[in-house]
Amino acid sequence: MSGDRIVRIANGQGFWGDSVDAPVRLIEEGPLDYLTLDYLAEVTMSIMQKLRRRDPDKGYATDFIDLIRSTLPRLREKSIRVVANAGGVNAAACSRALVEVARVQGATGLRIGTVTGDDILDQLDEFLASGIAFENLDDGRPLTEIRDRVLAANVYVHSFAIADALREGADIVVSGRTTDPGLVLSPLIAEFGWGPQQYDLLAAGTIAGHIVECGAQCTGGNFSRWWEIDGWDHLGYPVLECSSDGSFVVTKHDRTGGLVTVDTVSEQLLYELGNPQSYITPDCVVDFTSVRLEQQGKDRVRVSGVRGAEATDTYKVSISYIEGYKAVGNLTISGPDALPKAEICAEALWGRLRRAGYEYDNTITEFVGVDACHGQIPGEPGPVNEVVLRVGVHDRNRAKVDRFGKELAPLVTSGPPGVTGFAGGRPKATEVLGYWPALIPKDRVRPEVRVEEVS
Amino acid sequence: MKRIPLYAMAHARSGDKGDGSNVGVLAYDERGYKLLREWLTPSRVKAHFEGIVCGEVERYELANLKALNFILNDSLGGSGSSSLKTDAQGKTHAMAMLRIEVEVPDDYDPPRVGRRGALASDSELEGVRR
Repeated sequence: MSGDRIVRIANGQGFWGDSVDAPVRLIEEGPLDYLTLDYLAEVTMSIMQKLRRRDPDKGYATDFIDLIRSTLPRLREKSIRVVANAGGVNAAACSRALVEVARVQGATGLRIGTVTGDDILDQLDEFLASGIAFENLDDGRPLTEIRDRVLAANVYVHSFAIADALREGADIVVSGRTTDPGLVLSPLIAEFGWGPQQYDLLAAGTIAGHIVECGAQCTGGNFSRWWEIDGWDHLGYPVLECSSDGSFVVTKHDRTGGLVTVDTVSEQLLYELGNPQSYITPDCVVDFTSVRLEQQGKDRVRVSGVRGAEATDTYKVSISYIEGYKAVGNLTISGPDALPKAEICAEALWGRLRRAGYEYDNTITEFVGVDACHGQIPGEPGPVNEVVLRVGVHDRNRAKVDRFGKELAPLVTSGPPGVTGFAGGRPKATEVLGYWPALIPKDRVRPEVRVEEVS
Repeated sequence: MKRIPLYAMAHARSGDKGDGSNVGVLAYDERGYKLLREWLTPSRVKAHFEGIVCGEVERYELANLKALNFILNDSLGGSGSSSLKTDAQGKTHAMAMLRIEVEVPDDYDPPRVGRRGALASDSELEGVRR
């Protein structure tokens, strides 16, 4: 493999629900070798398990199928390969849907890779019986405490599985629960032949993936100095120009909005970071204090110097379970005296529920426009023109949560004047999903790779 | 000594980490980084976030990025989807952090300027908008 070769990788989806236009624009607006799409979050896996339970052919990100349907001809023309964790909890069904789309379009010869083996929900009891306790990483409790309420259990598998699918010629790879940065690291492993012991290189690829995993958050989105950003309506999504030595440039396509500077990139480096010297992935342990950033021209930041260390002998498991029910509702209170009237509404609501005999595991009262985000930090609020009262409850008992939902509307006619905004109907009880992080020995999990050619 | 908003000398980003959040604070110059390393202690951050942070505040240093990374434990009112808060993921904790007033020497002027006047009434950012 040539040392001078540049591999261009863009991420067009930071989460399930991100811009539907971003990936299409990345395909059209400039050169690209790989398009990555990140659809999964902890909560997403539980939602997908529920969908699969209702229909065994569901449980993946259907948006992804729509995207491929509309862009496949262009992807093939421009030889752009796609890596997506759109498989959710049913990567096999996702791939079947993809093959169908490709057949309908006559995309003969297209190769679709599928990575599975991350979903261990059906093996949980077997693992528990063999002595793996899946102790909660935060508080050490054994999984048996909540076993009967578990909805999903997925292992963050290593990045060599997707890389294998790419080496076998896959044009599109769908996986289940891989790490977010792994979507970028995998093509680098495949392109440059990086090995499982080349920790600095694996760490560099992980940093590259970390920077772009939230899409536009490194190109101007969410940037503290927001007044420096132009072109919010056509914000560019990130493009990486990667070299075999692990260094890379973060940039975006020409004539797109946004900004790529040392500041926008370094801000994203710190996003969702814990101990910077010990960022553990299935592939390596990354040292964020080794990263060097340098502005290399307009909207170009070079990243180098990344160091990594040997991976641990466990995989992280993401387990989600039902933790009760919640409901949240809003009322809008106009001035004059919006805030004191909103406070009366809140006192009345909680007082009426108490008199009716209802207490809850957890409740919330927020005055949106005054203290919802920053509490007391901004100091005493001045007069506000209007306030949104936001109230909610969380409880193991669904009936109690439903009862709360009935107490909001009466305030429009039985509270102070100028109360409105009750258009959405009664707040309904929804399931609360608890998140249970745990570990599993690596030798107990086998990611599987399959590549199918469309005939 | 004088007090200036952290927003005038640093930028920040936050997100969720389990039942807490992390806030990365990045100084604009080396002197600012040294001042923040001295002044922006976990106990000051914990006091600033009173009522929001229920657990301990941890701090890590990233000299290569002139940055401090704070972990605000138990600051989301629950984890996963159990939080009832509007900001259940701590997305706005970075902005809350930048509201803190930092004590700096009189001769320290942060290097970045040029906030346009769109929020001229937002007096807490006077120091940023010079």
